Amino acid sequence: MIRALTFLIAVALAVPALAVQPDEILDDPALESRARDISAGLRCLVCRNESIDESNADLARDMRLLVRERLVEGDSDAEVMAFVVERYGEYVLLRPTTDGINIVLWIAAPVLFLIALGSSLLYLRSRASAQEPTNSGLSPEEEARLKELLKD
Amino acid sequence: MQRFFAKSGICDKPCFMIVELGHFALILAFAVALVQAVIPLVGAHKGWRDWMVIANPMATTQFLLVAFSYAALTYAFIVSDFSVKLVVDNSHTLKPLIYKISGVWGNHEGSLLLWVLTLTLFGACAAWFGGNLPATLQARVLAVQSAITAAFIAFTVFTSNPFTRLAAPPFDGTDLNPLLQDPGLAFHPPFLYLGYVGLSMSFSFAVAALIEGRVDAAWGRWVRPWTLAAWVFLTIGIATGSWWAYYELGWGGFWFWDPVENASLMPWLFAAALLHSAIVVEKRETLKSWTILLAILGFGFSLMGTFIVRSGLLTSVHAFAMDPERGVFILMILAAFMGGALTLFAFRAPVLEAKGVFATVSRESALVINNVLLAVSSFVIFIGTMWPLFAEMLFDRVLSVGPPFFNMAFTPFMVALAMVLPIGAMLPWKRGNLTRTMRPLWGLAVFSVAMGALTWALQTGNSPLVPIGLALAVWVVLGSIADLWSRTGRGDFGGRMRRLTRLPRADWGKATAHAGLGISVFAVASLMGWETEDIRVVQIGESYQKGAYTLTLQSVDRVQGPNYVSTMAVIEATRDGRHVATLRPEKRFYPVAGMPTTQAAIDYRIMRDLYVTLGDPQDNGGWAVRTYIKPFANWLWFGCFLMALGGIFSLSDRRYRVAAGASKEPRAAVPAE
Repeated sequence: MIRALTFLIAVALAVPALAVQPDEILDDPALESRARDISAGLRCLVCRNESIDESNADLARDMRLLVRERLVEGDSDAEVMAFVVERYGEYVLLRPTTDGINIVLWIAAPVLFLIALGSSLLYLRSRASAQEPTNSGLSPEEEARLKELLKD
Repeated sequence: MQRFFAKSGICDKPCFMIVELGHFALILAFAVALVQAVIPLVGAHKGWRDWMVIANPMATTQFLLVAFSYAALTYAFIVSDFSVKLVVDNSHTLKPLIYKISGVWGNHEGSLLLWVLTLTLFGACAAWFGGNLPATLQARVLAVQSAITAAFIAFTVFTSNPFTRLAAPPFDGTDLNPLLQDPGLAFHPPFLYLGYVGLSMSFSFAVAALIEGRVDAAWGRWVRPWTLAAWVFLTIGIATGSWWAYYELGWGGFWFWDPVENASLMPWLFAAALLHSAIVVEKRETLKSWTILLAILGFGFSLMGTFIVRSGLLTSVHAFAMDPERGVFILMILAAFMGGALTLFAFRAPVLEAKGVFATVSRESALVINNVLLAVSSFVIFIGTMWPLFAEMLFDRVLSVGPPFFNMAFTPFMVALAMVLPIGAMLPWKRGNLTRTMRPLWGLAVFSVAMGALTWALQTGNSPLVPIGLALAVWVVLGSIADLWSRTGRGDFGGRMRRLTRLPRADWGKATAHAGLGISVFAVASLMGWETEDIRVVQIGESYQKGAYTLTLQSVDRVQGPNYVSTMAVIEATRDGRHVATLRPEKRFYPVAGMPTTQAAIDYRIMRDLYVTLGDPQDNGGWAVRTYIKPFANWLWFGCFLMALGGIFSLSDRRYRVAAGASKEPRAAVPAE
């Protein structure tokens, strides 16, 4: 009896499960695949770092339905995105925009790479033209002092 | 032990005082660590031998004390001592024994104790196997390592004490997070910690060398095995974590660019860079200050990872602690060690003069390019991970940086790395000739591109992802084989085969690890580009088609597990009427923790995984079922395994074994005949 009860509770509690539900799927495969692409780029607000496409949360389901609703009404992908962002804020975008300070984030990779490549090339050229140290790398003064010391 | 305490009259059976003894041992270890962090440093500075050598027995003592402390906590978990708060929060009497043991590190406090245990283990290893190190260097290494240990024990004891008792113990515990009750995740953290903490050893060596003011080929040789070991552990840790996510989270994702994952990927990339640049120090005595810097930053990223996970500053799937006080403490540790080491570096780096001269086209240069790619890609991940925090604090913009950004920013570096890898690996030291090195490789390059083109022509859809991934993989794998083959010199086939088996293990390690990288690249590309999905409602008894397979939902039953109830479906997969697999996807519910989990059913094959998860019952009596075909999924884990195996081959190379055992265990004298 207890077990049956636990089972019932289990089923009841486990209701939000498995991301996209069969009943959400649009009949038009082209539209559905656009919906999937859009949802993969939108963050579930109540989850930790999951897109609404992956999330089991009820809110994510609402957002998925919203995206599909807009698509069915003929919005373009960009319009759907803009609509969702207007409603939920910039936070939902898993791919950050390029406006304002965000441009720094986007150009960080190429800029860092160019700086690193440039400085390493300079270093490599300096190594190529450097002289193999013939001695222990001591200055003439140190060399002289070493001789002094070794005399003793 | 229980019997001992019972007999000695210290406590009754089961012995609950062990927890106090463990607590006490930890505090004692803290005292030892503080002393060990100072005395050997003074000894090395003044040249007092007995002050230096004291570090060795102290490192062993520290390890034994912390090991006892850890064993005591494990004991509390095994006997379900619910007067210990940590056990109540993370255990339950019905939980299987293995998860009682893994439950020790499945939480903040216990995992910190494991972290400390690994720190002292590495310290003790440096004492046990470091007999051939110069006395001053060994003393300094042990002192720096001990300072890190002291900081972490302080963190454990003062902010996250695992031994806290409850005044009124409850009858039973609240169970470990069900997601963590899984073999994949049970062994993921210890490996990750061995990796993170292994980098502390490279850090200690770097700081000791800076204090010493000397970095030479010998230093490169000593620091490399530690880095290699750390990297192997990180590889295993990351791979098991990724595999766990793949089968446990229910949709077969393997990497989410979650802050916590990034926190482990950054040190991995740094460790990879470090173990390559340490070769240059060892063989050619250049790149010294850069290698030192990498060693410092590598551990810095480990600490940063700890900070990210522990502070809960960047919340994510895995964060189990969200306590600002702890975050501040870690940040202080991070600031103290990084600040100190980098200041020391700024003063001492100019002293480290490079010796080897090399041409612009040479192995040295290729390894510099490797380091540039690995280090920059790691920094890009760092910036992406910290960006939301930065944007919110300084610009008041609440935003997210998710997988689309990381895929775009990180992938080009890996593509570039795979492109230059086979060429760089075959360039000779000192002065190379690109035309000569490329001569045996042109054929492979053309073949790889042709394979990519063929794939592109044969696949449905025109995503370039898999063709590029495949071309790169073929290029890297064949390049590794060509590299190995070129080491056998000239001569007839049989002679070269014989020489192949006698090549140093480091050569085998290099080729294996590189091939592993290539295979992983291909698997990632094919999972991202070729995976197909099917979501539908299935009635019991109904069949449906997925790819070449016919799947039939035979039944859905309730199954009672040791500490959960499960709804288990039985789905038979057939192909052309022949049985392929019986899949049993589950939805589990853990009543104590009040949490549902999904258990995917996976039919693992070489060419593809058939991956099925069970969803909810529908109003019309059917069940939601998701089916995926994941092409070449196993190759990802296999590639990671090869990378780790390559590291182990290298680690067992003769030159390290000889170096490790040289002074400690002189060969037994062969008696004269």
